[in-house]
Amino acid sequence: MSVALDLAQPMRLARRRYRLRRVLTEAGSVMLGGVLLIWSLMPVYNMLLVALDPEEGEIEFDGNLWPPEPSFEGFRAVMTREARYLEDFWHQFGNSLYIGLLTMLLTVLIGSLASFAVSRMRLGKSSLLTNAALLTYAIPASFLIVPHYHIMHLYGLSDNLWAVIAAQVTFASPFAILILQLYARLIPSELDDAARVDGASAVQLYLRIYLPLMTPALAVVAVYALVLAWNDYLYPSVLLPARNTTLSVTQGQLFADVDAPWNAMMAAAILYVLPPIAVLFALRRCVAASLTMAGVDGGRSGPT
Amino acid sequence: MSSTQQVLAVAPSASGKGPRRPPGHRHLRSSDYRWAIAFVVPYAAVFFIFVVYPLGYALWMASKPSLYADLIADPLYLPTIVNTLLFVGLGVNVKMFLALLLSGFFMRRRWWIRALLVIYILPWLIAAAQACVSFHWMLIGEQGLVDGLLSALFDINGPIWFNDRWLGLGSNIVAYTWKWMPFWTLILLAGRMTISRDIYDAAEVDGAIGVRRFVHVTFPLLANLYFVCTLLSTLWTLGDFTTVYLVSGGGPGFSTEVLATLGFHYAFDLAKPALGVAAVMSTLPVLIPIVIVLMRKLQTSEVQL
Repeated sequence: MSVALDLAQPMRLARRRYRLRRVLTEAGSVMLGGVLLIWSLMPVYNMLLVALDPEEGEIEFDGNLWPPEPSFEGFRAVMTREARYLEDFWHQFGNSLYIGLLTMLLTVLIGSLASFAVSRMRLGKSSLLTNAALLTYAIPASFLIVPHYHIMHLYGLSDNLWAVIAAQVTFASPFAILILQLYARLIPSELDDAARVDGASAVQLYLRIYLPLMTPALAVVAVYALVLAWNDYLYPSVLLPARNTTLSVTQGQLFADVDAPWNAMMAAAILYVLPPIAVLFALRRCVAASLTMAGVDGGRSGPT
Repeated sequence: MSSTQQVLAVAPSASGKGPRRPPGHRHLRSSDYRWAIAFVVPYAAVFFIFVVYPLGYALWMASKPSLYADLIADPLYLPTIVNTLLFVGLGVNVKMFLALLLSGFFMRRRWWIRALLVIYILPWLIAAAQACVSFHWMLIGEQGLVDGLLSALFDINGPIWFNDRWLGLGSNIVAYTWKWMPFWTLILLAGRMTISRDIYDAAEVDGAIGVRRFVHVTFPLLANLYFVCTLLSTLWTLGDFTTVYLVSGGGPGFSTEVLATLGFHYAFDLAKPALGVAAVMSTLPVLIPIVIVLMRKLQTSEVQL
């Protein structure tokens, strides 16, 4: 009896301490959440603030957290190609799309063929190819811009959209090969063997078994290549002439120009960043799955 | 192409291992062999035409020793090295450490934390060029959002950020961290999710909670992943062009340039391509060891949790 009494006091204290601790943790995480919210949204908010300004010139913050008369004038001017410097908006948007889609197609094609040969056909010396991909993956792309500029002249691709596509495919396909190899390990090779027994050729294996089963990984690779090409600034800015460039480049190059119609520029920037966000959100399940795979290291994850 | 870092950077962690091949299964029929070669040829062609040849070309361009004498003689070069060290050192380590801590925060199972995660990864989804332009205008001086808020809320006259080397450099680092921290948080979050609940339960019985749990349980389990991520991030930050070029623009007076933008400046503004390549090549003493360690790590798939 007396033992129980002796214990009751410290236990009550411990419980109170526990409760206090929980309240403090909760308050702390709410505060951290608030800070993160402001931190993440500030530049995005800045874009909106400028884009919704009815006046075209000023980028002026006058203490109002929201523009007093928000207007879609900037967006309208962009869409109707009336905004100064953005007369080519749709053309440049089209260029971005063209480069993005072709980069995507070629990366998926080249990457899937190579990783099929390496991981499903038991080609000897395949580690050479993996090493090549790893090496390319590790080299910062910006370090190769000067030689790329020269060799594109040499290859007769200067001022050609294909120069940018070639460069983007070069830097997107290593990742494609690596992630596809990782994913291919989840598909049992008995499937291939069974198809072999039925007399399937290598091409049939690739088309009928490999491609359909790899769809989630191929989707990730496609998104990756598309977003990489869409978002890049450096390569199109160097390899393309000003009259036929991508939207990303125009926006970057005018950043120091005070005369630019800034509400329209920011409206164009918002229109430009939306498609990748939409695509990534649409495919978030695939992306999340590969992120997990990346974090875990596929070797251990195995078929689950 | 700073945006090379994308969706699933650490993915190669398992490459190089390939499927475990049963022995005696190695012989391909000759028609298959031809097909396999044909399948590999497109990538091999891309690799030789657009990686090996430009790389060799770059090495050849930068092989003249006199170029390096020119570099040292340029008063811009040494400050740029200092900037690069600061940009990479802080930009990588602060970002990675915060990402490590925040990944723990995002492990908490609350509906509002999950909703916050969606907003938190927004910077990663926004194209780097547009995000950097927005950063530039946010900090443009008294008309910018930041100084405007400072004077409206606290009655402080904010500085003119891009008139000062250290403020400009700091702005670049903050913008870079803003852009890429969400990505690494996601990777580390994925890493944390694989740590089994049992380990934590066992640790809790032994009294490891809070900071002690982080130091003695979580971090040792994540250390390898963290190390590989840091190396990859170092490479990519060294090569980052967009942030410096578009946030501070290298200014005032080229005082916030990093090697990637200085090389660009030499090659395309001053029409000295060889000097530009040489400036970039001066990162090789750092680059090569990191690439070697990284390739070993990724090949032997030591990246295990």
